[in-house]
Amino acid sequence: MGYERPADFGTPAVQSDQSVTLTIDGRTVTVPTGTSVMRAAAECGGSIPSLCATDSVKAFGSCRMCLVEIDGRRGTPASCTTPVEPGMAVHTQTPLLQKLRKGLMELYISDHPLDCLTCSANNDCELQDTAAEVGLRDVRYGYTGANHLGLTTDSSNPYFDFDPSKCIACSRCVRACDEVQGTLALTISGRGFESKVSAGQSDDDFLSSECVSCGACVQACPTATLQEKEVKEIGKPERAVVTTCAYCGVGCTFRAELRGEQLVRMVPWKDGKANRGHSCVKGRFAWGYANHQDRILEPMIRDSIEQPWRIVSWDEALAYTAGKLKAIKAEHGPRALGGITSSRCTNEETFLVQKLVRSGFGSNNVDTCARVCHSPTGYGLKTTFGTSAGTQDFDSVMDADVIVVIGANPTDAHPVFASRMKRRLRQGAKLIVIDPRRIDLVRSPHIKAAHHLPLQPGTNVAVLTALAHVIVTEGLADEAFIRERCDWDEYQDWARFVSDERHSPEVLAAVTRVPAAELRAAARLYATGGNGAIYYGLGVTEHSQGSSTVMAIANLAMVTGNIGRRGVGVNPLRGQNNVQGACDMGSFPHELPGYRHISDTATRSLFEQDWGVPLDPEPGLRIPNMLDAALDGSFRAIYIQGEDILQSDPNTHHVAAGLKAMELVIVHDLFLNETASYAHVFLPGSTFLEKDGTFTNAERRIQLVRKVMEPANGKADWEITQELARAMGLAWAYTHPSEIMDEIARLTPSFAGVTFDKLDHEGSLQWPVNAAHPDGSPIMHVDGFARGPDGKGRGKFVVTDYIPTDERTGPRFPLLLTTGRILSQYNVGAQTRRTGNTVWHDEDLLEIHPTDAENRGIKSGDWVRLASRTGETTLRADVTDRVAPGVVYTTFHHPATQANVVTTEFSDWATNCPEYKVTAVQVAPSNGPTEWQESYASWSEKSRRITTSAAE
Amino acid sequence: MDTARLIYMANQIARNLAAQGEEVAIAATAQHLRDFWDPRMKAAILMADLGALHPIARSAVVQLATDTG
Repeated sequence: MGYERPADFGTPAVQSDQSVTLTIDGRTVTVPTGTSVMRAAAECGGSIPSLCATDSVKAFGSCRMCLVEIDGRRGTPASCTTPVEPGMAVHTQTPLLQKLRKGLMELYISDHPLDCLTCSANNDCELQDTAAEVGLRDVRYGYTGANHLGLTTDSSNPYFDFDPSKCIACSRCVRACDEVQGTLALTISGRGFESKVSAGQSDDDFLSSECVSCGACVQACPTATLQEKEVKEIGKPERAVVTTCAYCGVGCTFRAELRGEQLVRMVPWKDGKANRGHSCVKGRFAWGYANHQDRILEPMIRDSIEQPWRIVSWDEALAYTAGKLKAIKAEHGPRALGGITSSRCTNEETFLVQKLVRSGFGSNNVDTCARVCHSPTGYGLKTTFGTSAGTQDFDSVMDADVIVVIGANPTDAHPVFASRMKRRLRQGAKLIVIDPRRIDLVRSPHIKAAHHLPLQPGTNVAVLTALAHVIVTEGLADEAFIRERCDWDEYQDWARFVSDERHSPEVLAAVTRVPAAELRAAARLYATGGNGAIYYGLGVTEHSQGSSTVMAIANLAMVTGNIGRRGVGVNPLRGQNNVQGACDMGSFPHELPGYRHISDTATRSLFEQDWGVPLDPEPGLRIPNMLDAALDGSFRAIYIQGEDILQSDPNTHHVAAGLKAMELVIVHDLFLNETASYAHVFLPGSTFLEKDGTFTNAERRIQLVRKVMEPANGKADWEITQELARAMGLAWAYTHPSEIMDEIARLTPSFAGVTFDKLDHEGSLQWPVNAAHPDGSPIMHVDGFARGPDGKGRGKFVVTDYIPTDERTGPRFPLLLTTGRILSQYNVGAQTRRTGNTVWHDEDLLEIHPTDAENRGIKSGDWVRLASRTGETTLRADVTDRVAPGVVYTTFHHPATQANVVTTEFSDWATNCPEYKVTAVQVAPSNGPTEWQESYASWSEKSRRITTSAAE
Repeated sequence: MDTARLIYMANQIARNLAAQGEEVAIAATAQHLRDFWDPRMKAAILMADLGALHPIARSAVVQLATDTG
């Protein structure tokens, strides 16, 4: 499409069962009751001039530009704050209104710079448009009076400028910060002529303020006051493409706005059902990595990891790689080969990588990064509910009365969904937070958790069992729901188990350190407070009892009847943009696409017939098993697409040893990541801006990724995998990713109704999409649980016994380390470290409680040594009471820190998901980097050498 | 494969399933190994020292041995 400003209806849409019919300038229009006259006019193609109104925030009625006349009414009411009434006759363009509007406009323009031609918002400015609409020709007041011109521009934010001399004090930015983002960082300071937008206290600029740089204010600004620096530098975009963000599992849709092949800005798409027109600092602004100088654009090979890289042609790289793979397969058998699919790539690309491993390599040794994040969700929800996915859409949160957040930090890791959740909390929903840290949601402007249960890391199952104990023993279970929807005998076994006195909050407080009265109150609130919705993250899954915790959560939802309708449910907040999709696409070694076990002959033969090759009926190796098998020589070659296991996986030394033991490591990525230091083949990847495909977000929503620009490396990732498959002798001939989706739909019942055309038409679809649910499934388990042959089975209660992790604190390692992420950085940081986001977080810090810090003589900013039984690293300390005494916390965004040198190989009993959240450590003052950090830095530099001379 | 690690993994599975009662737990542990362990992992646990296994894991491995006969 070309470039035009997205439609703005002035005030938000209203949901109502009733409608009202009225006439506007003689046109008849019917709108939902409660709609504003302004919006009604916009819906019938009219345009009422306005400055302070925009449809992302509530009407404010301050600019008086949108005045209208209504038959039978005195005066000229503001159309933005006037609701429609039946039979109303509205006039939007009359001589009186024209005179009033022109007079107002003169006042605005008398205090506004007249530099339109050189202004960065020229021809994309609502003030300019409004001046044109009202026919402004001169300004009777002149320009010499008191004004706000010549004020200093605040350029502190890396992505946008604030130029107060162009501000018209419409307060759209302030309201966007309040209502859309929910941070409430901005305010109007002063009164009358002194009114001005302020980012916080008087000495704050945008960077030092509470601002989280979501950009909602920039989007809401009608002038050039708040504007992207890129627009200033490049100019107004000339075309726009709607696509899906490649950061987290929220799956925001954006309008990528460009000049030619140059991206100018990303603007959240109002019709996006995941984000509803909102975004965070990463999606909107942090895309500079896509053309960063570190990006590798040509294939490279080397015979040994001691050598520098040699740039080669695609043909040579693919022939070399396929030759090596075939040789290893011939000598050691197919089970010596494997691959890792990427949760950052598209469904189609992921599907191809697992297809290559299963049908080309001939093994089921395929895994994905969900192994280290939400594999317990897959296991736990499949066992209890029958599907490996969350039960709700994001919109559902607006009907929740009690929101339980367990082991998740949505304002940092899923910020756009967090804004929706905060909006619901400001409306009065109650909040329960179960987390060792006092995350921002516990206490932030206009939000206060009813209960925060600051449990000891590693005691999730104990806390959840204690909650169940209270619900069952206090008679709060929803027996009618359980009898109708669940297996009653299994429920009774479970109820007996949790009712045992040893599972009471009073007894378990000894291990959980959660006050029993607080826990009882939280249980009562969840069971009796109306619609209860549970949202959880990696603080649930990344434990030795991750799968048990997921099942314990499912038990809680079932025992209280909080499943199968809006406002309730069990909602895993998935980490990566397409981790749900990667799991759906058969990325696990035991499952074909659609979560069907590889040993199931009927399913396997379906794929065998379609692909024309026999498949191994035995499950393959998971990532940690691959590394173990590499050390004993039975696993020798790996193809890793878009994944940096050296930095992201636990016990870095073990990962490095496993990779080093392999004969052939193929890394397919944008950058020479940490894993590439151990690779023999580097295949340059393409960014999400450079290809077509689909991502599936945390609410099972499949959305199109559209090619915005040509791949800088020459090929989309699906083409590269296809060419590798062809080099290995497979007759693949896809000409477009839509053909891959057609194959997925043909072979996967839950995707049966999905096509690119339908996605393009509908905007998005939530699986299952099939004959029973042709338009997808926003809420699951409505009539029955997705278990059993007809998909209408009974929910399964599973007894989950609390078994303490074997990772124990002791005299040598007295503290517990837990890890997480922050807003501005993403995962291993490969993308965000290469953007302006480093201004907020340029190193990993260790959060430590003041008591623990004082005992060790540590102050904020000091270098400290962080040591576990596995390894040690150094980083700087941040002394804070966000963490409890005895607990320390850090992020894993920076390779210089390598927090995973410290984490252990303990893992979830069912899925081997690593126990990142519990490591026994000691912290001591330090002078600087450890020996390992220094040797790693020099090794990492050496292993990235690229030879410039021709091949020897 | 690192047999000590496999023994640890099998014991961990058994301990987590134990609350379901011995008979169910043995069958569930055996099924878990069938469903999620690669053939070389299964082969290695069959060769392992049964004495190092949790009683439930031990019985599960014995069950697993009968599969492959």
